[in-house]
Amino acid sequence: MRIPPASALTVGFVALALVPVVAALLNQPFYLDLVRRIMIFAIAAVSLDLILGFGGMVSFGHAAYLGVGAYAVAIPAFYGVHSGFVQWPLAVGLSALVALVIGTLSLRTSGVYFIMITLAFAQMLYYLGISINAWGADDGMRLARRSQFGGAVDLGNPYVFYYVVFGLLVLLLWLGHRLIHARFGMVIRAARSNEPRLRAVGFATFRYKLAAFVLAGAVGGLAGALLTNQTEYLTPSYMHWTRSGDIMVMVILGGMGTLFGPVLGAIVFLLLEDVLAAWTVHWQVVLGPLLVLIVLYARRGLWGLLAGRG
Amino acid sequence: MSWLLVLEQCLNGLQFGVMLFLMAAGLTLVFGIMNLVNLAHGSLYMVGAYFATAAFGWTGSFVLAVVFSLLATLAVGMVVEVVALRTLYERDHLDQVLATFGLILFFNEAVAMVWGRTALFTTVPKALSGHLQLLPGLRYPAYRAVIILVGLAVALLLYVVVSRTRLGMLIRAGASNRTMVAALGVNVRLLYTIVFGVGAALAGLGGLMAGPIYTVQPGMGDDILIQVLVVIVIGGIGSIRGALVGAVVVGMVDTLGRAFLKPMLSTTIGPVAANDAGPALASMLIYILMAAVLSFRPQGLFPAARG
Repeated sequence: MRIPPASALTVGFVALALVPVVAALLNQPFYLDLVRRIMIFAIAAVSLDLILGFGGMVSFGHAAYLGVGAYAVAIPAFYGVHSGFVQWPLAVGLSALVALVIGTLSLRTSGVYFIMITLAFAQMLYYLGISINAWGADDGMRLARRSQFGGAVDLGNPYVFYYVVFGLLVLLLWLGHRLIHARFGMVIRAARSNEPRLRAVGFATFRYKLAAFVLAGAVGGLAGALLTNQTEYLTPSYMHWTRSGDIMVMVILGGMGTLFGPVLGAIVFLLLEDVLAAWTVHWQVVLGPLLVLIVLYARRGLWGLLAGRG
Repeated sequence: MSWLLVLEQCLNGLQFGVMLFLMAAGLTLVFGIMNLVNLAHGSLYMVGAYFATAAFGWTGSFVLAVVFSLLATLAVGMVVEVVALRTLYERDHLDQVLATFGLILFFNEAVAMVWGRTALFTTVPKALSGHLQLLPGLRYPAYRAVIILVGLAVALLLYVVVSRTRLGMLIRAGASNRTMVAALGVNVRLLYTIVFGVGAALAGLGGLMAGPIYTVQPGMGDDILIQVLVVIVIGGIGSIRGALVGAVVVGMVDTLGRAFLKPMLSTTIGPVAANDAGPALASMLIYILMAAVLSFRPQGLFPAARG
């Protein structure tokens, strides 16, 4: 069964756009919440795919940026600054800065070192988070109210918030599409397939890779800002390494190196988690082996199957 | 602060370092030989701790518990290798990371299903519950001293096995050119299974010794795994010597940092600020160390010579 990608995409976007209508008709606000959460993780997964799938940089620490973005919203809020015009740019800027530091250090290495180092740095931030008592330590902090945008956009309204997230996701995919096919994207993809050759042609590959790493971190930070607004709570566990693993699984499950694969992966992964969790508290005992099977036997990812290419 | 206190903390650091080494040795061997990144190594540590705690409960004998736990972890390691990991050797590191991540989820949850989510407490065996008088004024728990001795003995044993025996020769040969070794008629698959099992048993040994001094709970292997990754990055991947040096350095830095950073900071920036900054900085110390090593030697202190 092959579905032309274009029509699959249209169906997908229309479905996402109609979720609030359906949720309102069925009087099931839970769906709204669930799909919004899925889209937030889709944003994080797409940003990871930029470096993982397109750039071939296996970063196992993407949750760090999610966490930095979340703290960048919750800490100002803790001190009474609720303006999203302050919080969101701070989330993006700060996570870009963190990505710059981590990227500069870890891109000096490659392969398995790179995996371990990104994992270790992310976990360092997690331990930092749980040891700062002033900001809630491992209990985290409640967010008094969602980011305020001067009355123009009220995130307190679940429907408005939903369409903000939806809009950001669509914008990100459009920008991602432009980026992948621009010169920058070409260089990133070329660096994955043959870096020495690219260097020989005269590209400073380190700078391109670092730029992609920082960009991915910045978008991850935005996802983190959205996530604290979604849960109205901040916990250091946003940065826990299993969260990095989850995001990575979404990318692989959906199909890495594709733009829409990670979105599909986030949808399937979180729905699966939801279904399994409703079925048994020990859902991870099912999810774990399922992951192993996916890795062993479904390497192209769902999007690859759907679009019939790989 | 007295020098005896510093010395005691150094011993604690050595004890933690030895524990890290038991983990790092298995992980680095498996990577060096099979080219496999096994994130589930921490799960084997956890499994070892649980087996020992359970067997200690059934039999009341610490020796039996140790033997049972070692054999059981060895068996679990071999089964995991044959069932799940064997097919991953030829795959890229990303696939290995994901599959072993799946194994971690499975093991953490499986352990919670059998023994519950709350932490188990187990005690130091009676014979080792006393203190040793190391110096006038320095009494050190016998159990921790035994851990240090066991760890150093294992390090020595590993060194002898890898560099002086036929098995070690095969292991080294397999690491540099596995196709050639297989062509010479060595059963490489069996060799791999054995190496993986031994690595698992070493992790189990770390876990079972950790049981009485740390808490035994689901996910207990994850935290130490991350620290072991730091050890391996610092020491150089695939090198036993690097694992030993890295483990002792990380163990020392982490322990001394947690013990003395807060009092040291409180004399310079005041006790209130130090109360928050001390633990925060202490928790980051080994990662800062890792970053420093990376800036000077991206391949670690003792990179294994690999073709």
